[in-house]
Amino acid sequence: MTEAVANSKDVLVSVSDLSFSRGSKMIFDGISMEIERGKVTAIMGPSGTGKTTLLKLIGGQLYPQKGIVTIDGQVVHQLNHKGLYKLRKRLGLLFQSGALLTDMTVFENVAFPLREHTELSESMIRSLVLMKLQAVGLRGARDLMPNELSGGMARRVALARAIALDPMMIMYDEPFTGQDPISMGVLVQLIRLLNDALGLTSIIVSHDVQETCAIADYIYLVSGGKVVGRGTPDELRHSDSEWVQQFMNGFADGPVPFHYSARDYADDLVATE
Amino acid sequence: MVEKVQQLGQFTLEIFEKLGRSTFFLWHTLTGMMEVLARPRLIIAQLHSVGVRTVLIIIVSGLFIGMVLGLQGYTTLSDFGAEQSLGVMVAASLVRELGPVVTGLLFAGRAGSALTAEIGLMKATEQLSGMEMMAVDPVRRIITPRFLAGFISMPLLAALFSMVGVLGGHLVGVGLLGVDDGAYWSQMQAKIDFNEDILNGIIKSVVFGFIATWIALFEGYDAIPTSEGVSRATTNTVVISSLAILGVDFILTALMFGDI
Repeated sequence: MTEAVANSKDVLVSVSDLSFSRGSKMIFDGISMEIERGKVTAIMGPSGTGKTTLLKLIGGQLYPQKGIVTIDGQVVHQLNHKGLYKLRKRLGLLFQSGALLTDMTVFENVAFPLREHTELSESMIRSLVLMKLQAVGLRGARDLMPNELSGGMARRVALARAIALDPMMIMYDEPFTGQDPISMGVLVQLIRLLNDALGLTSIIVSHDVQETCAIADYIYLVSGGKVVGRGTPDELRHSDSEWVQQFMNGFADGPVPFHYSARDYADDLVATE
Repeated sequence: MVEKVQQLGQFTLEIFEKLGRSTFFLWHTLTGMMEVLARPRLIIAQLHSVGVRTVLIIIVSGLFIGMVLGLQGYTTLSDFGAEQSLGVMVAASLVRELGPVVTGLLFAGRAGSALTAEIGLMKATEQLSGMEMMAVDPVRRIITPRFLAGFISMPLLAALFSMVGVLGGHLVGVGLLGVDDGAYWSQMQAKIDFNEDILNGIIKSVVFGFIATWIALFEGYDAIPTSEGVSRATTNTVVISSLAILGVDFILTALMFGDI
């Protein structure tokens, strides 16, 4: 059945029945999702549900206890070191911090993957780097060091670096967190623009409902290690599920209680340690 | 009581786990050697930060240790009327023991701690993880060049230390205390044996360089990626490498010079 669906939808990444736990803490409990080629897919959920962990599982940095992840037909966790690195050349992961190399300029940071993986001439590398920086609007910042950049600029440089090798897919880890409205607007636009112009597939992990809904084609809502809702932004807004409604509208109380589970309040106050 | 035994067991297990991880880490580092040798520029940059920047502290310490040796040696030797042998005493102490050991300790404190902090912070700021996702193996790109640089620098620094120390001993012994210049050098020349003294000293410094760099790099790579974790890893580097150097020095000395 899954195969039929896969064929009709042109799935690039498929996660099936994935379980992952850290110590005794279950993070994912048989989670399944399909990421379509050419689309912007968002994975949303409350903080601490392991959304970043999911990206690391897809990128092969972590190993699941159960289930498989396939990217473009390859089972990620069955690849050897060489195969995995070959696959990663075609993926970009944008870390929340940007993860720029702090001892190199912006230019050198974007040139880094080109220098490591290609034998291109210096003038070719220069042109490519300037093109990528132009795409994110930071060609003028090429001589700055990462510590001179604002958070939003650092993410854009990291984005330029992620597209340096023309990957087939980019994964964004919380791209909107801690951004001012202008940088946020820039990033929202860039993600959509790059996805369509370069023919990428994008996965966004985020909990910023407005921004994500504005650009995502399809959304998975994840909570408690399971997929609790899925659909296009419109479908989710009109969902019957109370949980989905609470998350999409940001209600303080609902299926996710305001209070962290504790014993009775009155009992707790009169109790002596 | 049971808790104590449990703790002891856990502690022992942790030590063995760490040993295992560090051995895998070393293996991974060494297997990347060929790739890195093809890119000498990476090694040269590290030779500068690990080696060249340690030169000053080595020269100053070497000079003072040599001067103290000259002073102490003279007082003791002159009791036996053997002050003309000062050169041999200074040179033998330096080349056999103090050169490699003190250089090793200073190296761990100056270069080792810097390596651990650098790599720990790279880990904390996700730079290593970022490299992995760019399909660049961080061990081969970051660790192996630093390992090679430490391994190459240590014997050179130890040699420099001994050389400056001999000059320091000369400064005090010949310059201030009136030991005969010719005797200082000629007795040294006659008594210091290349194989017995110098070669063994070099072997020691190579071994210490290996140990100190390995520990420093592993501690950084294995650090808990928080500010507290990096600080603890840096302390660990200095403490563990210093103790390891002193311990291994005893074993090497016993093998080289003791009739065991």
